[in-house]
Amino acid sequence: MAPVISITDVSKVFNQGKENRVAALENINLEIQPGEFVSLLGPSGCGKSTLLRLIGDLISPSMGKVFVNGKGAPQARLDRDYGMVFQQATLYDWRTVTRNVQLPLEVMNYPKEKREVRTKDMLRLVQLEAFDRHYPWQLSGGMQQRVAIARALAFEPSILLMDEPFGALDEMTRERMQMELLRIWSQTKTTVVFVTHSIPEAVFLSTRVVVMSARPGRITGIIDIDLPQPRAFETREHPRFFEKITEVRECLRHDEVRGASA
Amino acid sequence: MAVTQALELETTGTPAIPGWRQLLRRAGSFLAVLLALGLLWEGYKVIGQAVIGVVPLPVRPDDNSMPHVWTIVGTLFEPARRGGEEILLIILMRAALFTWREAAAGFVIGSLFGFALGAVLGRFVLFERSLMPYIVASQTVPLLAIAPMVVIWAGRLGWPAWWSVSIISAYLTFFPVTINTLRGLRSPNPTAVELMRSYAASEMQILWKLRLPSALPYIFTALKVSATASVIGAIVGELPSGIPDGLGRILLNFAQYFSTGPERLYAAVFGAAVLGIVFAALVALAERLSLPEARRLE
Repeated sequence: MAPVISITDVSKVFNQGKENRVAALENINLEIQPGEFVSLLGPSGCGKSTLLRLIGDLISPSMGKVFVNGKGAPQARLDRDYGMVFQQATLYDWRTVTRNVQLPLEVMNYPKEKREVRTKDMLRLVQLEAFDRHYPWQLSGGMQQRVAIARALAFEPSILLMDEPFGALDEMTRERMQMELLRIWSQTKTTVVFVTHSIPEAVFLSTRVVVMSARPGRITGIIDIDLPQPRAFETREHPRFFEKITEVRECLRHDEVRGASA
Repeated sequence: MAVTQALELETTGTPAIPGWRQLLRRAGSFLAVLLALGLLWEGYKVIGQAVIGVVPLPVRPDDNSMPHVWTIVGTLFEPARRGGEEILLIILMRAALFTWREAAAGFVIGSLFGFALGAVLGRFVLFERSLMPYIVASQTVPLLAIAPMVVIWAGRLGWPAWWSVSIISAYLTFFPVTINTLRGLRSPNPTAVELMRSYAASEMQILWKLRLPSALPYIFTALKVSATASVIGAIVGELPSGIPDGLGRILLNFAQYFSTGPERLYAAVFGAAVLGIVFAALVALAERLSLPEARRLE
């Protein structure tokens, strides 16, 4: 099967040729298949967000190539292949929940009827139909993030890029949102790239975890998570879940040790 | 039922105070401050007269420099000219309305120009760098020097005198709007812009759907400042234009007779202040109607 995302020999340097030059990513190679749920995991400064933004063409690589659906990342962005969710919900304050979800559809000139149908479907998907006329500041953090997910999926992008989307939520809300995201993922069959620094979160959600290390940011290991699908609350109590967490942790630590001796 | 319950549990908004109860409370505090100022005035007079000659005072507390509050209020209800029929209040109100028309025209012209300038500067950084010093300088040039020039130029073009007053008023109005439009258009956080970029939105779409709505609270703040500035501009503009119907001529007249009837100048100053406050309040009302409370900058 042809990969959805294919990253070849990608490096990213910020402030090239200046004193504050930073090598954010070095020699990244990664392929992601359709329908995968891939987490980018690592300590802060490992370039996981940078890698996500390279895939989404919000920044461009200094070297190497990013291909998405068989074309360059810039073309994929112009073709509206990406739905983005950030750590902050980034809802527009002056728009109601409904009008926030409609934002991408307006930008993409969807006809009015189609906009309304899609918005209704999306709010049902994230279970917020009753809040369609609310304003963002009237919602809790978890609800705001659900609106952001609905907005990202409204135009049926083939890839969902999520940058620590649950990072600002409390633990209970976070676990609920993880379940919700998995349900949405299985219903929409979207390919998800998910940035996090939480090991249990990455293991619970993903089909594969990409472990990264800092200075310069690079991939130190890719771990298949063969936990049974669909994942449920019980998954977190599965012995295999703990084995996988240990495996990921070892991979992170192994790299730390190597980094210290270098 | 379940929905309302969820709403109460999950929403974080503060309970809304009914709009006009809040308005009433505001009017109450306004009157309280007015009363306090009156008491302060009269208190200064009483204490000042007791300690005069012993303690140096900035303003003489006698009735010629500081007439009693009730004298000032009383003069509003007396004929302004000997043998005249109309009381000062009516004359002031008519003059204020006249000046307000000039100021309002200047306010509209100045705001539109200020907004357009702010939008252009926001879009082209090069323009901002090269033009901003001149825009700032435009506000340090004394209005009193510019006003006669504008009046003469407008006269040569055959424009009615009050047009030049509005132009002078617009000159004072545009600056806050330009600065705040610029700030407002740049106020969205980078993620909000990236979101638009991820939709492959055009520059125009980003402007209309993100930057402009984000700028609105800033622009309204500027408009409130501009409303009062436009009144000052109109009053100053009336002086070289020789327009007899506005507050400018009345203030000039009463200033000349200050030593014999100070209370009338104070009354006229009060009238000009009220005009500025009312205009600013009208803009604030427009803000209330177009922005929800959570989005207003206070």
